[in-house]
Amino acid sequence: MTIISVGLLRKRRRERLRNLAFLSPWLIGVSVFFLYPLLSTVYFSFMKYDGFTPPTWVGLKNWTYVFSDYPFFWPALRNTLWLVIVMVSLRVLFGLGIGLLITKVKTGAGFFRTAFYLPYLAPPVAATMAFAFLLNPGTGPVNNILGSLGLPQPGWFNDPHWSKPALTLLALWGIGDLMVIFMASLLDVPMDQYEAASLDGAGWWQRFRFVTMPNIQPIVLFAVITGVIQTMQYYTQPLVAGKVASGVIGGSGQQFEPGYPEKSTLTLPQLVYHLGFQRFDTGGACVIALVLFALAMVFTAFLMRRGSGFLATDD
Amino acid sequence: MPRVHRAVIAAAAIALLGTACTGTSAAPKASDDATQETTITFWHGWSAPSEVAAIDANIKAFEAKFPNIKVKVVGNIADDKIKQALRAGGPNSPDVVSSFTTDNVGTFCASHVFADLKPFLDKSGVDLDKTFPKPLQDYTQFHGTRCTLPLLNDAYGLYYNKDAFKAAGIANPPKTMSEFDAAAKKLTKVKGDGFSQLGFMPNFHGFESTTTHFAAQWNPTYFTGEGKSNLAADPAFASMLKWQGNLVKELGGFAKLEKYRAAFGDEFGAKNPFHTGQVAMAIDGEWRLGMAKEAGVKFTIGVAPFPVPDDQADSYGKGYLSGTIVGIANTSQKQNAAWELVKFMTTDTDAVVSFANAIHNVPSTLDALKSPKLVADENFKTFLEIAQHEKSSTTPASSNGGAYQLTLQDFGYAFEAGKQTDLAAGLAKTDAQVDKDIAQAK
Repeated sequence: MTIISVGLLRKRRRERLRNLAFLSPWLIGVSVFFLYPLLSTVYFSFMKYDGFTPPTWVGLKNWTYVFSDYPFFWPALRNTLWLVIVMVSLRVLFGLGIGLLITKVKTGAGFFRTAFYLPYLAPPVAATMAFAFLLNPGTGPVNNILGSLGLPQPGWFNDPHWSKPALTLLALWGIGDLMVIFMASLLDVPMDQYEAASLDGAGWWQRFRFVTMPNIQPIVLFAVITGVIQTMQYYTQPLVAGKVASGVIGGSGQQFEPGYPEKSTLTLPQLVYHLGFQRFDTGGACVIALVLFALAMVFTAFLMRRGSGFLATDD
Repeated sequence: MPRVHRAVIAAAAIALLGTACTGTSAAPKASDDATQETTITFWHGWSAPSEVAAIDANIKAFEAKFPNIKVKVVGNIADDKIKQALRAGGPNSPDVVSSFTTDNVGTFCASHVFADLKPFLDKSGVDLDKTFPKPLQDYTQFHGTRCTLPLLNDAYGLYYNKDAFKAAGIANPPKTMSEFDAAAKKLTKVKGDGFSQLGFMPNFHGFESTTTHFAAQWNPTYFTGEGKSNLAADPAFASMLKWQGNLVKELGGFAKLEKYRAAFGDEFGAKNPFHTGQVAMAIDGEWRLGMAKEAGVKFTIGVAPFPVPDDQADSYGKGYLSGTIVGIANTSQKQNAAWELVKFMTTDTDAVVSFANAIHNVPSTLDALKSPKLVADENFKTFLEIAQHEKSSTTPASSNGGAYQLTLQDFGYAFEAGKQTDLAAGLAKTDAQVDKDIAQAK
């Protein structure tokens, strides 16, 4: 009996070790790239740390500062949420729309695919600068055309009411990634289901509603979740657009506070950089990073919960 | 199995958290021998070919004088990169660093990221009062810690288009704010709902027309003796904002000016609005002379001190001062050799003069300002005089860098746009914000 137990125990230990060995790449990866940064961020959010001198404990001071005294936090949070809701929704709708159109094109489909995918390849800084040029309120071709048609000419990146819509336009222009994903999923919908629906007298909308959507719902959910996470990390485009439109492009001694115009393009990732790397306030930056992390978790959990039915398989 | 997982993760977490808690160790003290063969690294922010050539020539002159010290020069380094490199340390980090942003001196000195230069100055017998003008001494130290020295100076003045002045029948550059406002209006030519020529772009986003550059003309005091923000208590700021707000209205209003501003080219490019004639007057630094020449402007450029408030007419000639600063990284293992380079670049009159000549900056030492080798036409002489004017001033260093200036600027944006109308309450609120930001940085 004892001999059997010892043998069993040894076998189980070997099994555990073997499993651990197989798991170790993941464990190391999670520890180094997720757990350590997360724990460090929590740790530094309670410390005064400028990166040069040893950190000192300040309790909730950084949290109080960010939530009560830092005038950029709430506008940045509002902007980030605006972008998450509006930009992500429009990107998914637009990506799906373009995907649908392209799958229906009989001739020249390759040309249209290339035409819609190419903008996605443009580097974010170059694309944003190009948009800042096109949407320049005084000299940009877009406003010139609008003016010649007798239409109102928005201030785009120079107007706090239009800066986020301008960023959304830029995001829609670079829709190529979503378009490709939707296109692949649309082409994957079984044709016999469409044929059966047509025989039953289903129209275009009914075929889309009852055949296409159920088949591509997991992809829509994927697009929404990844879109939310990407938008939570939205940094380059609003920063570049704000810099270019404000005229402060980083000349000698010039300081630029992100968010031009009137904090309308501020996003939380910009604040993480601004506080952590420009003001040397690592503690404050860590608080904002944790807020971002919590928001991303809440959004993802909510979407996963709401969309869990989409992911269920037939078997 | 799950217990093993938990144990491994917990052990890793504790170990890693322990690592995170260690912080930064104290910086090493200088022990290198500057007479031995050595190589030091110098980071600077200049990027234009002529500027890079000038700094290279300066370094060559240093290496000729100190053949045992080789200097590895790295250019086009922005301030953000400097901060990260000084944070990280390591073998590739710089020994000597220059920065265009005097506002960062407070942070650099308070955090001891730059070495204290006092022992080096004492060792070399450099008398600061006999070497540098007072405002330059002020903006290179913080709360008694001298961690940087001035490496060339910038002075701000009024640029004006002489041809446009002649066409408008204005004989001389304005000296007071009321004369300036009258000239700005006279020089403004309306075209449709915009302008074919604007006398002056007063909006705070109009490149160098910032709150701090304007405020210098009112002799402001940014902080009380106790280090509290003083914006509401010092009438200089309210006066400056009232003047600016009034000029914005008189020239067509904020929205119209902003729309016109959107059509401006890059500040540091050939299409700068002063070069193109879009504005007839501009507040700018002495570097604009060289840039305008390179851009091939088609009109005659005039330069004068920026006007002063009518009730301070006797202080005409002053202006805002700033400049490049240079320091030694506290992490450097070659601080004695680094000091030789810093001393040469900042105190050797010939080196300072030749560098100033090459990049069209105001020299930063008293001797260099008077040097016969200094190439200075009438326009440039104006900036030399502004730099030496007893009432010229700069913005004080703060423990959170230039954050207080940006907070003031932020209020300026709201005020000029008419979104903040209660000036006194707005300035008091700005004071409170500045104090909160400084408290957070301490």
